[in-house]
Amino acid sequence: MSRLSIITPNKAQATVEELYKDVERRIIASPTGLCPVDMAASFLKMCHAQSCGKCVPCRIGLGALERLLDDVLDGNATLDTIDLIEKTAQSIYYSADCAIGYEAARMVLKGIEGFRDDFVEHITYGRCKHQITQPVPCVSQCPADVDIPGYISLVEEGRYADAVRLIRKDNPFVSACGLVCEHPCEAGCRRSMMDASINIRGIKRYAAEHAGEVPAPKPLPKTGKKVAVIGGGPAGISAAYYLTLMGHSVTLYEAKKKLGGMLRYGIPGYRLPRDILDKEIATLISVGIEVKLETKVGDKPSIADLKEKYDAIYIAIGAQTDKKLGIEGEDAKGVISAVEMLKKIGDDEMPDYKDKDILVIGGGNVAMDVARSSIRLGAKSVKIIYRRRMEDMTAQHDEIIGAIDEGCELLELQAPVRIEKKKDGSVAALWIKPQLIGAYKSGRPAPHPSQKPEERIACDNIIVAIGQNIESQNFEKFGIPVMRGVIKALSHAGFEDIPGVFAGGDCVTGPATVIKAIAGGKVAAANIDEYLGFHHELKVDVEIPAAKLDDRYPCGRVNMTERSASERRCDFNLMEHGMSEEEVKQEAHRCLRCDHFGYGIFKGGRVEKW
Amino acid sequence: MVNLKINNVAVSVKEGTTILDAAKKAGISIPTLCFLKEINEISACRVCVVEIKGKEKLVTACNNVVTDGMEIYTNSPKVRNTRKINVELILSQHKTHCATCVRSCNCSLQELSNNLNILDNRFEKNLPKNTWDKNYPLIRDDDKCIKCMRCVQICDKVQDLHVWDVSGTGSRTTVGVKDHSSIKEVSCSLCGQCVTHCPVGALRERDDTDRVIQALADPDIITVVQIAPAVRAAWGESFDLPREFATEKRLVAALRLMGINYIFDTNFSADLTITEEATEFLQRLPVVKQSGTPMFTSCCPAWVRFIKSQYPKYVGNLSTAKSPQQMFGAIAKTYYAKLLDVDPSRLFVISIMPCMAKKHECDIPVMNDSGEKDVDVVLTTREVDRLIRAEHIIPSQLPEEEFDAPLGTGTGAAVIFGTTGGVMEAALRTAYFYVTGKKPDVDAFYEVRGFDGIREAKFDVAGTEVSVAVASGLGNARKIIEAIDRGEAHYDFVEIMACPGGCSGGGGQPIKDGEELAEVRGERLRVNDKNSKIRFSHENPSIIDCYKNYLEKPCSHLAHELLHTDHEAWQMPDKTRKK
Repeated sequence: MSRLSIITPNKAQATVEELYKDVERRIIASPTGLCPVDMAASFLKMCHAQSCGKCVPCRIGLGALERLLDDVLDGNATLDTIDLIEKTAQSIYYSADCAIGYEAARMVLKGIEGFRDDFVEHITYGRCKHQITQPVPCVSQCPADVDIPGYISLVEEGRYADAVRLIRKDNPFVSACGLVCEHPCEAGCRRSMMDASINIRGIKRYAAEHAGEVPAPKPLPKTGKKVAVIGGGPAGISAAYYLTLMGHSVTLYEAKKKLGGMLRYGIPGYRLPRDILDKEIATLISVGIEVKLETKVGDKPSIADLKEKYDAIYIAIGAQTDKKLGIEGEDAKGVISAVEMLKKIGDDEMPDYKDKDILVIGGGNVAMDVARSSIRLGAKSVKIIYRRRMEDMTAQHDEIIGAIDEGCELLELQAPVRIEKKKDGSVAALWIKPQLIGAYKSGRPAPHPSQKPEERIACDNIIVAIGQNIESQNFEKFGIPVMRGVIKALSHAGFEDIPGVFAGGDCVTGPATVIKAIAGGKVAAANIDEYLGFHHELKVDVEIPAAKLDDRYPCGRVNMTERSASERRCDFNLMEHGMSEEEVKQEAHRCLRCDHFGYGIFKGGRVEKW
Repeated sequence: MVNLKINNVAVSVKEGTTILDAAKKAGISIPTLCFLKEINEISACRVCVVEIKGKEKLVTACNNVVTDGMEIYTNSPKVRNTRKINVELILSQHKTHCATCVRSCNCSLQELSNNLNILDNRFEKNLPKNTWDKNYPLIRDDDKCIKCMRCVQICDKVQDLHVWDVSGTGSRTTVGVKDHSSIKEVSCSLCGQCVTHCPVGALRERDDTDRVIQALADPDIITVVQIAPAVRAAWGESFDLPREFATEKRLVAALRLMGINYIFDTNFSADLTITEEATEFLQRLPVVKQSGTPMFTSCCPAWVRFIKSQYPKYVGNLSTAKSPQQMFGAIAKTYYAKLLDVDPSRLFVISIMPCMAKKHECDIPVMNDSGEKDVDVVLTTREVDRLIRAEHIIPSQLPEEEFDAPLGTGTGAAVIFGTTGGVMEAALRTAYFYVTGKKPDVDAFYEVRGFDGIREAKFDVAGTEVSVAVASGLGNARKIIEAIDRGEAHYDFVEIMACPGGCSGGGGQPIKDGEELAEVRGERLRVNDKNSKIRFSHENPSIIDCYKNYLEKPCSHLAHELLHTDHEAWQMPDKTRKK
């Protein structure tokens, strides 16, 4: 008889562990539009199964809650039932002995608060307000509604040019998005229920790189209408491109030397090489967009001038100015904003960081971009200063890891306090105050000053990457509604009382993603067309291959690979490797074709025109 | 060509052929339930699953195409098991009160369950609550709905009216009225196409046969029946009678056996409609030409409901002539009551219609001009068939009997009212005569015949070009109006029937799942026209008498009072109005 023994899981336990992982992935791939009450009831059932059964509130109470929620869903409840649910959940929350019980109750209480309307709707009308509108998970998550299963199946067949044409119907920036899209589509991919999401962006990149020359489609006959687009970033160019295809005459105003907006002046070349960007923009402009570079709309021409001259205006000026830290010494020489630095790089004016010690303040993607650019500009050291923890950073995980691999150091939980200047007014050092991570505020843990003493970090340059602002003053003066700097356009991109003026992209959403800006441009194009009295429909003549009937078995996802850190840190050349043909074929074949299987074949699966 | 084997039978089919069609070609039947060709190919019921050699998962035959070298098994052990379980699952949420179901013996689920020899269900019954208003002409039983989604698809794809939608998610997913509205609040045309395409008894018309039984039982009531043109081409289907045998005259005999006092023909009032509508058209033609927008026919109440809810600005373009059903009612309770010398309140007018919207039409207050309710009750073809069954009449032994006079006389022009293009052709025959004083060749307007959803033609009427269009199916109606609205189409006279193929394909006609019978019924009506002695409405002797002795002349003051209506005088709910 041994005193202690090593516990090895039996088959049942091991299987349940696997099932937990299945459920985890399944929840990630949960479709949009589900009934929140039904989901809450289902979660509750799982919570209840986790109960050890010792205590009354959890063992019995959670079951009682389950039945009450079912009553709501089955139309057997009254409005008083909501009170009973709330009181029961509160009593479980207050009296359960451990988190299995009280956290389960808290989830129910959260639901009552978060979607009480839905409880009421079920009780009062016996129906659910929710509905699946776009059943293809990837498409439902793509702001621009790109026909993702469509182009994946085309890539699988080697029809790359058709894939590009299909994508362009909804998103003109095929090459750029193939490289830098944040791919929200992958987050909801149903394949996650089986193994892992499809590498959608990688497949798009392959299509773009192997399609050869794919000329832009011919515009529809001229309408005689004139549209001014202010801002040559992804939103502006997308709107200009689609409006031109619809037959309108578009003039694109850009304040900077070149087109591209944040694609050029925000995203460094190692992620989006300039030659690829230039070529893509040239193709899009080739449909017949008139471009006026280095023309800032404000004084000359003024918005009123444009209003006079054009039938409609689209404002897509982006978020191009920097946010200040607001600390002592910020005016020191050598303190630069990320926006400013990336703008210079965009115009090929490379800052000289050779053998310099660089500090980057911020934890977003832009902070990573400037940190990694600094490395490439020859910096001796690059330290990223962030107030919270690495897992709290808003930058994508890959970006953070990439920066670290390239030699950037991450100083977590450090708040900048003041900048110490040398006698000549240049930066000497940054003083930082160590932070303690603490209680949750609006959904994430907030830091506060710890008892540790302030520290001094000597440096040559500080790059501030804590966000961008929008230069909206001129537009506000013209009467465009602006709130806290952000242009308040309605969901159709227009304004309540200003006919003919539309806005979109970062200047409306605040700094966001490329694909959101593109979607903004697309929405604006459709609504400007309607405003001008037309209903042009954009479609593409590409037949989508029939879905294959092969059985589906778990298969690893092909991830993107990168040049080695030690190599890529020395230049601004593209750092990511594309997929090989065998990789892209395997990856494309993993697609579950939710446009054919499931709800997609019934409603909303394929939007052939818009 | 694609070569494959199904149940070891070699078959060669064109590329793109579905497994279902390939099997059919090989003489192999695969059961389906939700499938409706070209309209609902969503493989929701999973009944048509088959096994493909080398594949673990089963595949639905209705919406997947064959590939070269496939070896398919339609009855493998895996298929048998799965199919049976899937049908049992459907049955567990279906109110299988077959004995009291309107679709008993004509139900795809019942047939399928019987065929699969399902004698017991392993799954617990779980039925939703049924909250539908049973007084509305269209009734949906949620506890019978199998969520095949055909109703949603018909209304979306064919009728373009989008009344039905999927409602709820997860286990509680069902079909409901769009936007969680009540059926009374939305622009349902009451065309009934969802009913005729429902594979089970989840959708049906309100049954009004009891009201007829009650009237028959009342010695003070004089029952008067009118039989719509399209009914005669279809009523015998429920009894598997050959179309040539199941004539209107045998239906007359059946109704007489029931004890109906006077049996008349809606053909009579269809002829009346033509004399009124042709006259009205000629009066309106100068205005029509000037405005560039046409006069629309108004005899289809589902179409009237459609235009009122979807394109209210064109309601004024409708002919003011009432439909034949309503003209009949108005004449029966005035002119005919006088002929009988009875108080019109004693007359009980029963319409037998291929239509569900007629149930609403007769209830529109402004449709009643005789001082009484012009039409008391409307039975669909299906209901009259049920009445025949309930009376234990043996249809195959019925003799042919004549309609009563005088409202039982109709022409060949009237009988084609029951098929798409018929109203237009009948109107043109008479209008041509009115303008020229000469009878045109009876086939002069053959171009409006046919079964394409939209047809156009131009005719020369005494030097005036008359441009006409004919559409059936509300989706096609929408296309025509949109084209008119955009100024792309110019017509003088447009005939619209809400049901594809016209009334012969009406929402009140007998149901044969998977078969579209509008065309074959319509052709039957064309034969009736061809065999008619009189083929011009204005030559109907009963019509001539009616004008001579009562109405004076077409569009007279009295005719206006009784036979025309103000379509603006009643409202459609407008919750789903588009424009």
